[in-house]
Amino acid sequence: MHADPTAETATPSSTADAVRRRLVRKGRWSVAEIAFWLVAAATLVFLPERHLILNEIAIIGLFALSLDLILGYAGIVSLGHAAFFGFGAYAAGILAKHGLADPLLGLAVASLATALLGFATSFLVLRGTDLTKLMVTLGVALLLGEIANQASWLTGGADGLQGISMGPVLGLFEFDIFGTTAYAYSLAVTFVLFVIARRIVVSPFGLSLRSIRDNPLRARAVGIPVNRRLVAVYTLAAAYAGVAGALLAQTTQFVSLDVLAFHRSADIMLVLVIGGAGYLYGGLLGAIGFKILQDILSAWTPQYWQFWIGLILVVLVLAGRERLTDRVKALWPRSRPSPDGKAQALPVTPAREV
Amino acid sequence: MRRRTVLSAAGAALAILAFGGAASAQEAMKIGLILPMTGPFASTGRQIEAAAKLYMQQNGDTVAGKKIQLIVKDDTGVADVTKRLAQELIVNDKVGVIAGFGLTPLALAPAPLATQAKVPAVVMAAATATITEASPYIVRTSFTLPQATVPMANWASENGIKKVVTLVSDYGPGIDAEKAFSGAFSAKGGQVESLRVPLANPDFSPFLQKVADAKPDALFVFVPSGVGAQFMKQFVERGLDKSGIKLIGPGDVTDDDILNGMGDVALGAITTHHYSAAHDSPENKAFVEAFKKANNNMRPNFMALGGYDGMHVIYEGLKKSNGAGGEALINAMKGLSWTSPRGPVSIDPQTRDIIQNIYVRKVERVNGELYNVEFATIPSVKDPVKAAKSN
Repeated sequence: MHADPTAETATPSSTADAVRRRLVRKGRWSVAEIAFWLVAAATLVFLPERHLILNEIAIIGLFALSLDLILGYAGIVSLGHAAFFGFGAYAAGILAKHGLADPLLGLAVASLATALLGFATSFLVLRGTDLTKLMVTLGVALLLGEIANQASWLTGGADGLQGISMGPVLGLFEFDIFGTTAYAYSLAVTFVLFVIARRIVVSPFGLSLRSIRDNPLRARAVGIPVNRRLVAVYTLAAAYAGVAGALLAQTTQFVSLDVLAFHRSADIMLVLVIGGAGYLYGGLLGAIGFKILQDILSAWTPQYWQFWIGLILVVLVLAGRERLTDRVKALWPRSRPSPDGKAQALPVTPAREV
Repeated sequence: MRRRTVLSAAGAALAILAFGGAASAQEAMKIGLILPMTGPFASTGRQIEAAAKLYMQQNGDTVAGKKIQLIVKDDTGVADVTKRLAQELIVNDKVGVIAGFGLTPLALAPAPLATQAKVPAVVMAAATATITEASPYIVRTSFTLPQATVPMANWASENGIKKVVTLVSDYGPGIDAEKAFSGAFSAKGGQVESLRVPLANPDFSPFLQKVADAKPDALFVFVPSGVGAQFMKQFVERGLDKSGIKLIGPGDVTDDDILNGMGDVALGAITTHHYSAAHDSPENKAFVEAFKKANNNMRPNFMALGGYDGMHVIYEGLKKSNGAGGEALINAMKGLSWTSPRGPVSIDPQTRDIIQNIYVRKVERVNGELYNVEFATIPSVKDPVKAAKSN
C-alpha cells in the first residue's frame, strides 16, 4: 500500500487509529453547528409570526435529510422518495382519524410502517443502474399514489383525508392556530432525528456507506456487505421520510393525494441540490433556502415565481454550489483547513489513483 | 392551559377586529385570495384573479367605510400549502375573508380554520357538493357538480334518450358526476352503463370502442377541463360523431377557456352548466367585454365568474353588515340575491351554497368562434345532494 516498505508492518493499526481519530474528531460538534441549532431554537421566541412556514421548513428539512441519507451518503438515486413521505402521512392521519390522537404514538407507528415499506422495497433498488433505480422508485411512488386514490374508503381519495383531530403533544401542548406548538414539535423531532443521523454517518457504518457510494465494487472487495448496508440505510431513510410525512399530517391535520405526488419527490431533490448532498446540513439549509425563496418570490409575483426559482437553480448548477460555498468560506479565514487538520487527515492510499 | 389563554386571547383579538369596525371606520378589510397560480390548475387561478381584480376596478375599493385590500397567494394546487397560507393570512395579515380555492381538497383543508377563527371563506371554484358542510363559515359562488349534472339527466330522458353510457375520469369529482347522472337518469327509467378512465394521461380509444359497441343513444362524459380537448379529438377520430351517438355532459368538458382551441370536433356537444360566455344578457355582455379588455382578449370562463360573483358576495355582505366581519359578515352573506352575468342567483340561507339557473347548451360557431349557445333553462336549481338530505 504505502510506497515506503518500512511502514508496511505498522500500517494496519496506524490506519485504524487514524480512522478512529478522524471519526471521533468528525463526531465533535463545531461552534457553527451549535450556533445553527441555537438560532433555530431562538426563532421559537423571536419569530412568532413565521412559525407556520418554519414548521414547513423543519418538515421539508427532515424529508431532505432522509433523501440525503440514501443519495448523498449511499449514492442511491431516487425520484420516488415521496412514497415514504406520503405513506407516513397517511399512516399518521388514518391513525388519528380513528381515535388514536396522541402525536408521538402516531409518529412511532408511522415510522415503523414506513420502515417496513422501505425494507420491502429496498430490494428493488439493489439492482440495476442509476436510471433503473430512478424508474423503480418513481414507479413505487406512482403505485402508492394510485392505491391511495382508489382506496377512498380509507384515504378519502381525491377529496383528501378529513376529520383528523390531534391530541396535545405529550398530553400538555395543544396545537394552536399560530403554529407555535406545531413548529416546536416538528423542530424537536427533526433535531432528535438529526442527532441520530449525525451519529450514524460518523460511525464506521456511515463510513462504509460512503465507500459503497464511491466505488461499490471495491467496497465489496474489501469485505463490506454492500447489499445489507444498502438495505439498512434505505430502510432507515424510509422511516425518516415517514416521520416527516407524519409530522405534516399531524401539524396540518389534513392529508391529500399530493403527499404522494411526483412533484414532492422532485421538489425534495431540488431542495437537496440547493443545499448540497452528502453532508447532513445540506437538506436543512436547502429547505430554508428553497422555502424562503419561494415565500419571497411568490409573494412578489404569484404567477411567475417558478421562473425565478428555475433561473436560480440553473445558476446554482452551472456555477457549481461548491464553488459558491468555497468562495463564501474563503471570506472567513478560520474555516480554511489548517495545516494541522491536514496532517491529521486520513492517509490517502495511492491505490485511489490507480 | 397557557395555550388555551393564548388561543382565547387570539379569539378576542379577532373578535375585536371583527366587531370593532365602527370604532375604526378607516380600517382596511383584507381579503386573502388563495389560488393555484402555478402548476396544472394555473388557468383556474388566473381566471379568478383577473375577475376579482376586474370587480374591484369596477366597484371601487371602499365598501361600508372600509378599504378593501386583496392579497393573492399561490398555493400551487397543494392542500397543505393552502392550509398554511390561510393560517398565515388569518394570523399575520389579519384578513377578514379568505377566498379562492381551486380544487376540492384545497377548499376542505382550511375549512376547520374558518370555523376556528370565525373568518368567512368564499369558495370560488371547487365543486364537490359536501364542501359547504365542512364549516358554517363557507359560502360558495361557483356551482356543485350534481347541480350541473342532474338537469342533464332530466333533459336527456325528456328528449328521447333511453340508453346512455357514462365515461368519467376515475377520481372524486368524476365518480360524483357518474353517480349523480346514473341516479337521476335511472330514476326516470333510463338505462345506464358506466365506464371509468384513469385520471393521468388517459387514452380514450379502448373505452370509446366499448361505447361504439354498446350503441347507446348518448355518451355522458365528465373529464377535468384540460383533458376535454384530447377527448373530443379521439371521439371524432373513432367516428363516433357520425354514428348518431349524442355527446352530453356537464359543461366542464366544453370549458369556455379552451373551447375555441378544440376546433370543429366540439360542434354539437350538448352540455348543462351554469355559465356560458355567450349567455344573452346585458350584464353578461358588459362583463365579457370588460374582462376581455382588461386581460388581453382572454375569454372569461365559469371560474372567472365564480371569482367575480365571490367578490360581489363579499362587497354586498360588507354593505349589509356595515363593515363588520366574522359572524356578522357570514350572516349577511346568507340569502343575498342579485343578477349575475350568469343570470339570477342567490345564496341559500340554509346551506350557504349558490342557487342558480342551469342552462342546456349546444356548441355552435358564432361570429367565427366556438361558443356554448344556451337553448333551454332550468330555473333556480339547488344543489340536489344537500336538497335530498334536508328532505
